[in-house]
Amino acid sequence: MSAKQKQAAGITHDGVFYPLEDLNAMHDSMLYIRRFEEKAGQLYGLKKIGGFCHLCNGQEAVCVGLHHAADEKDYILTSYRDHGHVLARGSDPTAVMAELLGRAGGIVKGKGGSMHMFDVERNFVGGNGIVGEQVPVGLGLGFSSWYKDDGRVTIAIMGDGGINQGAVYESFNMAALWKLPIVFMVENNQYAMGTSLDRASAETHLFKRGISFKIPGMQIDGMDVLEFDKKMGEAIAHARSGEGPILVEAITYRYRGHSMSDPATYRSRAEVDEWRSGRDPIARLEAQMIEAGLATEEEFKQRDKDIKKDVTAVARAAEAQPEPDASELWTDVYTDPIEGAYPYPVKVG
Amino acid sequence: MSKITYREALNQAMCEEMERDDRVFLMGEEVAEYNGAYKVSQGMLDKFGPKRVIDTPITELGFAGLGVGAAMAGLRPIIEFMTWNFAILALDQIVNAAAKMKYMSGGQYSVPMVFRGAGGSAARVGAQHSQSLENWMANVPGLKVVMPSNPADAKGLLKAAIRDNDTVIFIENEINYGDVGEVPDEEYIIPLGKADVKRTGSDVTLVAHSRMTGFALEAAEELARQGIDAEVIDPRTIRPLDENTILASVAKTNRAVVIEEGWRFAGIGAEISARIMERGFDDLDAPVARVTGKDVPMPYAANLEAMALPSVAEIVEAARVVCGRA
Repeated sequence: MSAKQKQAAGITHDGVFYPLEDLNAMHDSMLYIRRFEEKAGQLYGLKKIGGFCHLCNGQEAVCVGLHHAADEKDYILTSYRDHGHVLARGSDPTAVMAELLGRAGGIVKGKGGSMHMFDVERNFVGGNGIVGEQVPVGLGLGFSSWYKDDGRVTIAIMGDGGINQGAVYESFNMAALWKLPIVFMVENNQYAMGTSLDRASAETHLFKRGISFKIPGMQIDGMDVLEFDKKMGEAIAHARSGEGPILVEAITYRYRGHSMSDPATYRSRAEVDEWRSGRDPIARLEAQMIEAGLATEEEFKQRDKDIKKDVTAVARAAEAQPEPDASELWTDVYTDPIEGAYPYPVKVG
Repeated sequence: MSKITYREALNQAMCEEMERDDRVFLMGEEVAEYNGAYKVSQGMLDKFGPKRVIDTPITELGFAGLGVGAAMAGLRPIIEFMTWNFAILALDQIVNAAAKMKYMSGGQYSVPMVFRGAGGSAARVGAQHSQSLENWMANVPGLKVVMPSNPADAKGLLKAAIRDNDTVIFIENEINYGDVGEVPDEEYIIPLGKADVKRTGSDVTLVAHSRMTGFALEAAEELARQGIDAEVIDPRTIRPLDENTILASVAKTNRAVVIEEGWRFAGIGAEISARIMERGFDDLDAPVARVTGKDVPMPYAANLEAMALPSVAEIVEAARVVCGRA
């Protein structure tokens, strides 16, 4: 196929045409996240990344599909499993890696770490560490759009663990009561830490959890990036239309443990393999593109090599950065510190 | 000057700031159609409409978080807790979200908002509705904690709190709402972080905030009759604490009593006493004394309730002890 033919080419999925350029971008973004997470896991093993580190391998289609469907002006906020989302949003990978490494050039200056990625320029509002905590904050972002009539939608992401927090239902109620422009999105990766969905949820069809608040629900295959993008686009359009919030359940799977310290002994190897080999979102898109004659296996292999190289270079650049300056300890606590009263004097003698 | 109540002063502060800045809105339980559980928001729904004065369901954690998100998106929320007792349900949003968002985001997001409502002991409402939690709030970096003791301070401090670019915990006093005091007619702001000398004196410094400021002033009158000249300092802002004003007073009087309605253990009095010890040790002629609420849940029976709270008599007694006159 000539370059010109490829340009005109693409894949039509469920009535939506995805040009090759978009397909390539989505593919590369998913693969980048996969390789980035693998690098993060490796650096964690080397004790260069500390604390908690929650990887999203397997869930890439949700990250990339969502961010493809959302507008730049929309607010997106999520839990601590945030590397994939912040990368999909277009933030600088070196800054994200530097944050994981606790470096001066980290996306939040080395003050947040793995769980607290923020990027105000891209309306990425965390990176929030308490399960479900981000949902009421998302309610407030949605409220601000209602108050200012600014046309933005807020996508408040939680996991299948987070959706059991009371704060979520308080938020559902107010969002529906005031018809706020919010998409509540559950990444159902089947396990809340080590507890499987059916051990934690009386209603395992999580998209139905909004019914008593009159919030419509959608369940979407989160292992298919085109399907996820399309349906997420519909959900976002619903929220933007002024009809009120909508609840989206993304069916997905995390290949790794809950965090780096979790060997995931609560599930069988066969189960993990079934998802990895049967439903992997990257392999799926690659197969679709090869089938459509848009790419070859060799091309994908080459791109994987290039991406791995990029990620390695990013990790090197991030590692080469200094740690934050000691003066940073005291900054960003208050916008208006009060002279003489803060910081609290710690001088002895 | 006009004579108005503490609740009217708060109402004026909110109305003036909402007229000045359309990013400011008031949200909470019964703030709109009911005109406020304590009538602090009387008339505000009529004045500003249902978009800016908003009744919520009984859902403190949810609407506290709503305020945090709205503030991050550039609005200036005033979130009213009917009382601070119910704010315990919202602590995750106050402590883990509002207070830390600026630091965790490397300065990218700030949370300029006010959480306000009635705190301190009420009258005969038992253990769950009668307590002082300002030390919980004041312990958290990222929060500012303000507690006015009279109508003029209430108005000037609330206006400052609404304009402040950080999260301000504004704790009013349930029993003080009906207190009348003189309030300037012209617009004024009282900056946060500035203590106020409510009475000058030379023999002993009484440090007291919120309702206890009135108790300390009463105690000072009694002490005067007994020949002891007490200075009364109201920190007004608990965090950040204006320790310089307190230390300057102790340098003059060489003796201090710290009074608070809250529990003694790890209370505000413990903090203030420690700071006087750390930075004013050489000025002290006697150990700092504390008068606090008793270390029990608030009882209902009138006699027990009175015993559980600090009293003017206890303040007088403590001042006599530190002055060597007991």
